[in-house]
Amino acid sequence: MIFSYIGIIVLWLFLFCYIIIASIDFGAGFFALHAKITNQDKKLNHLISRYLNPVWEVTNVFFVFFFVGMVGFFPESALYFGTVLLVPASIALVLLSIRGAFYAFENYGQDSKLPWLVLYGLTGLFIPASLATAMTISEGGYITKHGSSFDLNWTELLLSPFSWSVVFLAIITVLYISSGFLTFYADRAKDTRAYKLLRYWFLFWGPPMIAISLFVFLSLRVQNETHFLSAVLNYWWLFLLSLICFIVAMLLTLLKKAHGWAFIMVIFQMGFAFFGYGASKLPYILYPQVQFEHAVVNDSMAMALTIAFICGLLLLIPSLILLLKLFVFDKEYVEGKKSQY
Amino acid sequence: MDSVEIARFLTGMTLAVHIIFATIGVGMPLMFAIAEFLGIKKNDPSYTALAKRWSKGYTITVAVGVVTGTIIGLQLSLLWPTFMQMGGHVIALPLFMETFAFFFEAIFLSIYLYTWNRFKGKWTHVILSIPVIIGGSFSALFITSVNSFMNTPAGFQVKDGRMVNVEPWAAMFNASFLVRSFHVVATALMTMAFILAAVAAFKLLKNKVSKDAEYHKKALKVTMILGLVFTLGSMLAGDLSAKFLHKVQPEKLAAYEWHFDTGSKADLVFFGTLNEHTQQVTGAIKIPGLLSFLADDNINTKVKGLNDFPKADLPPLIVHYFFDLMVSLGVFCFIISAAYVATLIFKKLRRFMHAKPMLYGILLTGPAAMLAIEFGWFLTEMGRQPWIVRGYLKVKEAATQAGGLTFVTILFALLYIVLIVTSAYVLIRMFKNKPAYKDVAAVSKERGEQ
Repeated sequence: MIFSYIGIIVLWLFLFCYIIIASIDFGAGFFALHAKITNQDKKLNHLISRYLNPVWEVTNVFFVFFFVGMVGFFPESALYFGTVLLVPASIALVLLSIRGAFYAFENYGQDSKLPWLVLYGLTGLFIPASLATAMTISEGGYITKHGSSFDLNWTELLLSPFSWSVVFLAIITVLYISSGFLTFYADRAKDTRAYKLLRYWFLFWGPPMIAISLFVFLSLRVQNETHFLSAVLNYWWLFLLSLICFIVAMLLTLLKKAHGWAFIMVIFQMGFAFFGYGASKLPYILYPQVQFEHAVVNDSMAMALTIAFICGLLLLIPSLILLLKLFVFDKEYVEGKKSQY
Repeated sequence: MDSVEIARFLTGMTLAVHIIFATIGVGMPLMFAIAEFLGIKKNDPSYTALAKRWSKGYTITVAVGVVTGTIIGLQLSLLWPTFMQMGGHVIALPLFMETFAFFFEAIFLSIYLYTWNRFKGKWTHVILSIPVIIGGSFSALFITSVNSFMNTPAGFQVKDGRMVNVEPWAAMFNASFLVRSFHVVATALMTMAFILAAVAAFKLLKNKVSKDAEYHKKALKVTMILGLVFTLGSMLAGDLSAKFLHKVQPEKLAAYEWHFDTGSKADLVFFGTLNEHTQQVTGAIKIPGLLSFLADDNINTKVKGLNDFPKADLPPLIVHYFFDLMVSLGVFCFIISAAYVATLIFKKLRRFMHAKPMLYGILLTGPAAMLAIEFGWFLTEMGRQPWIVRGYLKVKEAATQAGGLTFVTILFALLYIVLIVTSAYVLIRMFKNKPAYKDVAAVSKERGEQ
């Protein structure tokens, strides 16, 4: 059963990576749109596209990796999630497609158009909301069963305070993470105007995010008490660490110091909360139908997947480092002194 | 339509859209790598400009390819949950490795596209295209492996209706894996060469910017030579596929050719109409013995007929037309590219090289090759009916039972229309008022400075 642990850790890690880098991307789209409408786009957009153009496609792969890995390591969950998520996941897919495609049209095309920017900017906020549905459903209580077939209970989902608080949390977190990263990027680019704007946004979104996460905690108690108790009794220290990281990130940004460290603190803050949430949820992937130890793929396939995964990482990590080196850590590129084409 | 039909329709629609962009995705990196290589080797800025312009257009198609690919990846679980529950147990490995290949490709593609002027050595940038080509081809190989598993399942045993004793590597390297991957990659390269040739031919026919003629002629030469080479490869792959089907999936081959009664000296039937009750084919061109010859290089080979299979297991007989269309479009591309290459080889024919009929012919090869790809996939996918995993799981047992299927189908149909129209619009605008000679001049200027 060691493979079920390997599988779940691998998937959780990749999901976490996706959440961080996709948030940067989603939030950036919204900020670009907001800047355009308020006539501040000259301040911001060149900075965003300098970062995003080379990395957006890679962001998308993290997501593909997560759901392919899910099917691979836990095929049993494919049956449940696949059936139940037909409509929410399809909506998320349509939004993702519009966003990805119109990002390319807007940025690589001949000329940019406001409607395209609107499509690209707004979808970025709806995607986390619709993807968060998967998280909500996994807490149980939203699936109805008739004999051997089962389906999603929409009324239950739409009327639940828990599902709505998760949606709001997802959206605000996206804006928070994104402005955190872009503040750092703008600071590195020595772009004072963009920096001022982004720093303001980062400080603006921080407090409401913490408030809503508390509300999510409280409503989880109603939705799935086992999970709530496990989180509070066994993993409280992870959430405390997360809060400390949040405070450090906020203080550093307030004092306009060490923005690299501030963003690392944001990553740790998210990391502690995310792994605390995940660990307290075990042993269920989907409460109460799918337990991760029972749903795991057969041993020979798990072995093959683990080998493939290790070989794949040996290839990926150096490539990713190269990518970051060229587009995030290269000071001259970030400052816009090297051309894109 | 019941839910199985809708699920099939939606999957078919998604794949039909995705395959356009996936084909470009597999074929294109090699094209711009070759152009860039020629640019350095021949010290000719035209080729470098060609590589730059091709890769610029590619950013648009690759974006749509990525999103439609993501869609089909998730739709497999959404529309065919039972299949994925089973498939996850047996073929997760190639799916997983496909993602890695795609990852690898995505990283290096980003680097390739945004580092034209970042490196000092002139070869460094070309070398960056190699991982892109490798990533793209390998993701095609792995995903074709998943599809070929559905045709020729391997690597497991069935016990009490469950798949046990799974051998991941045997499932991945199943019987049809190699022959199908070869066909997929060869035809993708062929199609991409002809699409780029068609663009060049179009520009030459329109002749709006006369200064560009030399540039487009160079593009035409490169793409048509490559087109002919890859067409020969595709034909070889097609021939191997027919032989393979004869051995392993005879009902598919018989359905392609409306071959009802088992027998030697089997005819190859070309188009025509079929009366399904009497099994009479009318109006067709029949070439006696050719089917036997294709199946085994011998006209006396016995080819199994449709009547020897259980009726419930037969694919729809419409696949015959897809087969005919695919083959004739492929042959058309072969004739045109061979004619063009002949004008390169024989001095006497040279005056026909850029003659109008030749250019019009070349203009048609691009769409023809892409249509052949579509028909080929319709053919092979419908030829597997009624199975989703041949011999083990039927399509109707694997489809989702969830509500909301019709809504989702309409949603995706609208999305695909928007994506295709806007990407065509953006691509056309990208090059409409951007004469190539300016790009060539820009490249030479950069080189002069170095």
